[in-house]
Amino acid sequence: MAFEIKKQGKAYDVCIVGSGAGGGMAAKILSEAGLKVALLEAGPKYDPADPEQATQLKWSYDSPRRGASSTRPFGDFDAAYGGWQIDGEPYTKKNGTQFDWFRSRMLGGRTNHWGRISLRFGPRDFKHKSYDGLGDDWPISYEEVAPFYDRVDKMIGVFGTKENLPNEPDGFFLPPPKPRMHELMIKKAGDKLNIPVIPSRLSILTRSVNKDRSPCFYCSQCNRGCTVYGDFSSSSVLVKPAMKSGHVDLYDNAMVREVLTDDTGKATGVAYIDKTDLQEYSVNARVVVLAASACESARLLLNSKSAKHPNGLANSSGVVGKYLHDSTGSSRGGFLPMLMDRKRYNEDGVGGMHVYIPWWLDNKKLDFARGYHIELGGGMHMPTYGYGFGIHTLNGRIPGKDGKTKPAGGYGASLKDDYRRFYGAYIGFAGRGECIAREDNYCEIDPNVVDKFGIPVLRFNYTWSEHEIKQAKHMQDTFEELIHAMGGIPLGTKAGPETNYGLENPGRIIHEVGTTRMGDDPKTSVLNKYNQAHEVKNLFVVDGGAFVSQADKNPTWTILALSMRASEYIIDQLKKQNI
Amino acid sequence: MDRRESLKALALGTLSVGTIISATGCEDKKGESGSKDKAGEMPGYGRTADEVKRDKALMGEPFFTAAEMKTITVLADMIIPKDEHSGSASDAKVPEFIGFIVKDIPDHQLPMRGGLKWLDTQCLKRYNAAFVDCSEQQRKEMLDLIAYPETALPENSQGVAFFNRMRDLTATGFFTSKMGIKDLGYVGNTPNEWDGVPADVLQQYGYSYDEKTLATCLKIEDRGKLMTWD
Repeated sequence: MAFEIKKQGKAYDVCIVGSGAGGGMAAKILSEAGLKVALLEAGPKYDPADPEQATQLKWSYDSPRRGASSTRPFGDFDAAYGGWQIDGEPYTKKNGTQFDWFRSRMLGGRTNHWGRISLRFGPRDFKHKSYDGLGDDWPISYEEVAPFYDRVDKMIGVFGTKENLPNEPDGFFLPPPKPRMHELMIKKAGDKLNIPVIPSRLSILTRSVNKDRSPCFYCSQCNRGCTVYGDFSSSSVLVKPAMKSGHVDLYDNAMVREVLTDDTGKATGVAYIDKTDLQEYSVNARVVVLAASACESARLLLNSKSAKHPNGLANSSGVVGKYLHDSTGSSRGGFLPMLMDRKRYNEDGVGGMHVYIPWWLDNKKLDFARGYHIELGGGMHMPTYGYGFGIHTLNGRIPGKDGKTKPAGGYGASLKDDYRRFYGAYIGFAGRGECIAREDNYCEIDPNVVDKFGIPVLRFNYTWSEHEIKQAKHMQDTFEELIHAMGGIPLGTKAGPETNYGLENPGRIIHEVGTTRMGDDPKTSVLNKYNQAHEVKNLFVVDGGAFVSQADKNPTWTILALSMRASEYIIDQLKKQNI
Repeated sequence: MDRRESLKALALGTLSVGTIISATGCEDKKGESGSKDKAGEMPGYGRTADEVKRDKALMGEPFFTAAEMKTITVLADMIIPKDEHSGSASDAKVPEFIGFIVKDIPDHQLPMRGGLKWLDTQCLKRYNAAFVDCSEQQRKEMLDLIAYPETALPENSQGVAFFNRMRDLTATGFFTSKMGIKDLGYVGNTPNEWDGVPADVLQQYGYSYDEKTLATCLKIEDRGKLMTWD
């Protein structure tokens, strides 16, 4: 058989690459407007309610590895397929630097993994350069995005409380769940230290927002995917209803290789490899929307070279792939002796923390430029692989029921009792902060390496600056202060300069953004303020690539709002026959 | 009512959570391995085809020898013995779990195999017998040399490192088993209505929900009502 590109016969209005937050929202908005949409996803179909795929309400012992992370990187029951390494789909690193890239090839993409933390960016987050002179301002303001945040809140559902904080805008919230015991204790410690501890803002339905989805039943397992769609994932909440419109054709296992263009430089569709038969296909559309994730969309553009676009598509500026930045992350655990021997009750709650700590300080009085928020853990969870590890570092420091301290470690009945006594008395703090976007943190095409589909792969170059390292130090100091203020014992050794204060490898927090950033100047940005490529009017990027700067917040809610905004712009521009 | 049906009813708000919990209280009748997949060989827990393949491959060839498994079993039961609350590590099939996990996480293999050998060598030197062939008193004497990291003699440090790992694997295997989870008193993983910390617990620690929290948090009776903002 001759090697050929097979054309899918149907002509579409819009072809969307990727079904995560950005792609799912675009599919929903565009299909509701009656446009014919082709949605391409590089992985399989997924529905958390499908008994073949469901992991919700399984017990640790249903897994032979008791939920260990040796098959799926976030444990056996995590909904996300894929991970830091995917067989046959490598990426490389440059100049001895580190970057870890989490990919989830499946319907809904990485929205199947995340913690449902749904924070709006604040007014300052869009104009940070004006505030501290670093990075760049966005070409849009909070006020321009706010109406879309409002609609995302109501469409998807997020719980929280109105707090009137200057850079943590309130929204249309569902009522939050009451705090757990350790969360009340953290709040009390926060009050002592002037650190705000407020109800978290998670896209989990404490009350329904529509008839297709049921309210949360408090199993604390959102990361496993919800069988009643009580939380947000793009597959359940956006793609599923979009498919019902009859206007969306889903191409699963479709690994997009290139954006196709005509002689005038306009996008005409995409070429992809069907993973099931390894043949080449193409889909034609009037508009191409990339939502493959910040780095994957940059890769696609860089690999879409033509006579008209020798530098890759939409990349005369050379900015595609640059300004890559992930959130910072550093963490610490603690032990609360007062919670030993605690009364047992069902403390599962929602999937994640009921309270959190938003950024609370003024960076002008600190030695680093940007803030962080703190995510909290603790409580009486279902034990999984790793439960009980390292007890010998703790049980020699805690008096027994008789008030006497015994030697650390041990074995036998008294040790067995320690595990019982310590259950539910651990807490965890994880800081998630803003990294300043820099041109010299980037991904590019590796000149020598291709993946198993023959597609050139990404090569990363990424370093942290002093701002991020000092921020991590501040996190570590804060964690210790909080643990001490609670009367707790910090666990392990405090991370110091030798580990950049526990600062995780870039990529590790899975908030990477910035690779196709928006701006008013086509020389320094890839997209305009409507997520539209400056150079290719019928090409849009609606994933985190469009971000000018990450905030001290998780990116998903902003991806959703901007994708909604861009999709309505597409509808408007098609009507006006501008694209 | 099976669990799927119950969830649906719960979702529709036609049943109270209390009813559902009692209706799904058939947990105890289920075996350790839960439901089976189509092939009927492996536990069904939402695996992809590749993951089923990986599990099957791991289940195949054992890593430990029969003699090693015997030592692991004796050690595991000394670490987690039967008591008035629950059975021993081997009652909860912890040795089988350890036999699997070293294949799943190969970093455990060398330290475990070498550590078992170290232990036997020490016992041969001291008692002229392998660990499992020593008397109960001798085994205890041996463990006392390596079970207390802060007081152990430097010449036994390798044994301490091995025993820390053995203790960790035994505990994690036990407390993630059905028996261990019950012993620990974890009562979740079931449809529930979270309405805050029980009053007696709040009182025990001297806490209460403040007015703002009570005013803003979910009223559990509203749980089934569609949210509107206008």
